[in-house]
Amino acid sequence: MDNALTLDRIHFAFTVTYHYLFPQLTMGLALLILVLKTIAIRKNDDRYNRAARFWARIFAVNFAFGVVTGVPMEFQFGTNWARFSKFAGGVIGQTLAMEGVFAFFLESSFLGLFLFGEKRLGRRGHWFASFMVFIGSWLSGYFIVATDAWMQRPLGYAVAEDGSVHLSSFWALLLNEWAIWQYLHTMSGAVVTGAFVMAALGAFYVLSIKQIEYGKIFVRVGVLAGAIASVFQIFPTGDTQGKMIAFNQPVTLAAMEGLFKSEQGASMVIIGQPNTAEQKLDNPISVPYVLSFLTYRRWEAEVKGLDAFPRDQWPDNIPLLYYSYHIMVGLGTIFIAITVLAVLLLWRKKLFESQWLLWILMLSAPFPYIANTAGWITAEIGRQPWLVYGLMRTHEGFSPTVSSGNVLFTLLGFTGMYFVLGILFLYLIWREVEHGPTTLLSEPEMNPDGAVAEKALE
Amino acid sequence: MEALWFVLVGFMIVGYVVLDGFDLGAGTIHLIAAKTDDERQMILSAIGPYWDGNEVWLLAAGGTLYFAFPMLYASSFSGFYLPLMIVLWLLILRGIGIELRSHGKTSMWRAFFDFIFSVSSALLSIFFGAALGNVIRGVPMNGEHYFFEPLWTDFTVSSNPGILDWYTVLTGLMALATLASHGALYVAMKTEGVVLIRARRIASISWWAVAALTIIGLMATLGVRPQVLDNYRGSFAGIAFPLIVIVALFGMLFFRAKQNDRNAFLSSCAYIVGMLGGVAYAMYPVLLPATTDPAYTITVHNSAAQSYGLKVGVIWWSIGMAIALGYFIYLYRSFKGKVSLEDEEIV
Repeated sequence: MDNALTLDRIHFAFTVTYHYLFPQLTMGLALLILVLKTIAIRKNDDRYNRAARFWARIFAVNFAFGVVTGVPMEFQFGTNWARFSKFAGGVIGQTLAMEGVFAFFLESSFLGLFLFGEKRLGRRGHWFASFMVFIGSWLSGYFIVATDAWMQRPLGYAVAEDGSVHLSSFWALLLNEWAIWQYLHTMSGAVVTGAFVMAALGAFYVLSIKQIEYGKIFVRVGVLAGAIASVFQIFPTGDTQGKMIAFNQPVTLAAMEGLFKSEQGASMVIIGQPNTAEQKLDNPISVPYVLSFLTYRRWEAEVKGLDAFPRDQWPDNIPLLYYSYHIMVGLGTIFIAITVLAVLLLWRKKLFESQWLLWILMLSAPFPYIANTAGWITAEIGRQPWLVYGLMRTHEGFSPTVSSGNVLFTLLGFTGMYFVLGILFLYLIWREVEHGPTTLLSEPEMNPDGAVAEKALE
Repeated sequence: MEALWFVLVGFMIVGYVVLDGFDLGAGTIHLIAAKTDDERQMILSAIGPYWDGNEVWLLAAGGTLYFAFPMLYASSFSGFYLPLMIVLWLLILRGIGIELRSHGKTSMWRAFFDFIFSVSSALLSIFFGAALGNVIRGVPMNGEHYFFEPLWTDFTVSSNPGILDWYTVLTGLMALATLASHGALYVAMKTEGVVLIRARRIASISWWAVAALTIIGLMATLGVRPQVLDNYRGSFAGIAFPLIVIVALFGMLFFRAKQNDRNAFLSSCAYIVGMLGGVAYAMYPVLLPATTDPAYTITVHNSAAQSYGLKVGVIWWSIGMAIALGYFIYLYRSFKGKVSLEDEEIV
């Protein structure tokens, strides 16, 4: 553990994993709030406006935690990964700076208007503010995913005399095919989280016979959005990503699937534990031929196993990669089952009598967080041992002058601080949930930014 | 191209200090200018819709610096590891303080978050000032352009300096006084009643501190880094910055005497622009001086990204900032005028 590289990796992994708990809900809710506001205008139904207002409060708390935990991410490129920044800043600095200039300014300005200005802006103006908040948060996601996509599949760069890389094609960087598919997958993952959280809270309200009217709205919007996003998550976005990995990072695919030896008609493993010492999978339950078909659309196609690649190209934590990938896919499949069933029952007007399914919906709220996190672990552990795939190895990228003692110091500091933040967050969200949408307006503090703002919004 | 990006990055940093500076300053004086719950709510309302957007300038400035001068970003962020991490923690605490205060009703809850907000604002001002001091004084850079500074060594300006030495503590205090005064003028502009009166009083006391520290700071800087005069000797154009500083200082004094809070605040903005602009003018083309060997100094020439990236950047940066300025004008217009508690109860 007394190793700066290891600690730098844990430092980034911990802070980014914690950070992403917040934006995934922010981005998902930004879309769903826009949906609620749109329905409110089209149906001229003020209940949807109230529902939107309630979610805006949750959104605001969540957004604030996302902002304060997000700032350390940009800093860490320089503080903990200085050699990487020097090497690649000429390329990824572009997307990171664009995020600030195009997305953050937009998002923060319109968030102020959205949270503080419903009365001032009027119905359509306020709809527009929520639209801009949606655009801002989704744009921000694109620039970050494009940055990661460049690290996964570097394009549009040239190597300078000193060995560092520099941008040679702006559009190659920005319209990287990897970025586009990874973005769609990430965003629909965020919608899954937003939809499940909304449906879960709705189910809670219905089951606890509290705020039933709004509970039903939340369940309806949640399961519909959840079903669409869950399906989109597997096909086409997940499927296409799998093919891109097979093509660009074949060794990663082998490790994800736990395929130690190349196989024709390779089977897809459902469950099993990778045994890296003996180079095999223990207790496998698998479906023959499916992996070959999914990857190459031919049942008999050969899928290269880890044995086809030199050891120094293997991801350095194969079990973690394998598990995170399987957890992501497994949960994703379950999400489709739950939401499609719920939509079916909703259509037959039986959902709200089916208490068992409401219980399932209520209890499933944490799982999209796990699936999203597992997805990111798959992407980033799968990229190892490279920091920039094929160009720079992870051990070449960390800061040369920051000692392990200093990294551990700040890692411990972040751990303590984030633990306290987590408790505060849960407490605040619980308070909002207890108040619910109907008692919202009698509350003296309407806005979360410390100011007393418009109360009588109608 | 590098020179242009030096100016643009400088613009972003000055923009950050002017904008986030007023809410940092408002935080610094929060506990003194406002005593009751209503009064404190008033100060928070005055910065409520803006502070988050102001802080975004820091991120945008950081991103712009990263993309234009990647080597500087790598070197300075790893070298200033500890103070930057402390800044991050303070930013987190401060954001949480502002956001969470109104979520609790008890006076204990509010007193706690008021305290967090105020102390973290003041410490951030000091750290930002000390950071500027470090950039002017220089750092113990090695041949690879990397360095690492402990938080302090023996508080002298030596070849083995810490983040804090007497000079950077001085620049930290300068920043604290400047932003406290800046924040007080902003609060005066946005509030009424007893808070307005207290804010004006704080502004008039802190003016003397700002004026005195400006002179002491200038003399100390000439002692620590005499090279700062080189660019001023080379051309007369640079004289504009000290002139702005002097005019702005008297502007603050004059407009406050006339109780024109808005113009006094604008004078304070001009003061910050003049001071930081003057530093940037003095430093160019140096970005981060080495105290070890002048050859290790980071300049715009040895650290800039290549010209294709910088050229593309000019295009999107101009478009993006033009749009962003539109948002700001709209945002500030939407919430213009004074905040007051009567207002809040009506709406």
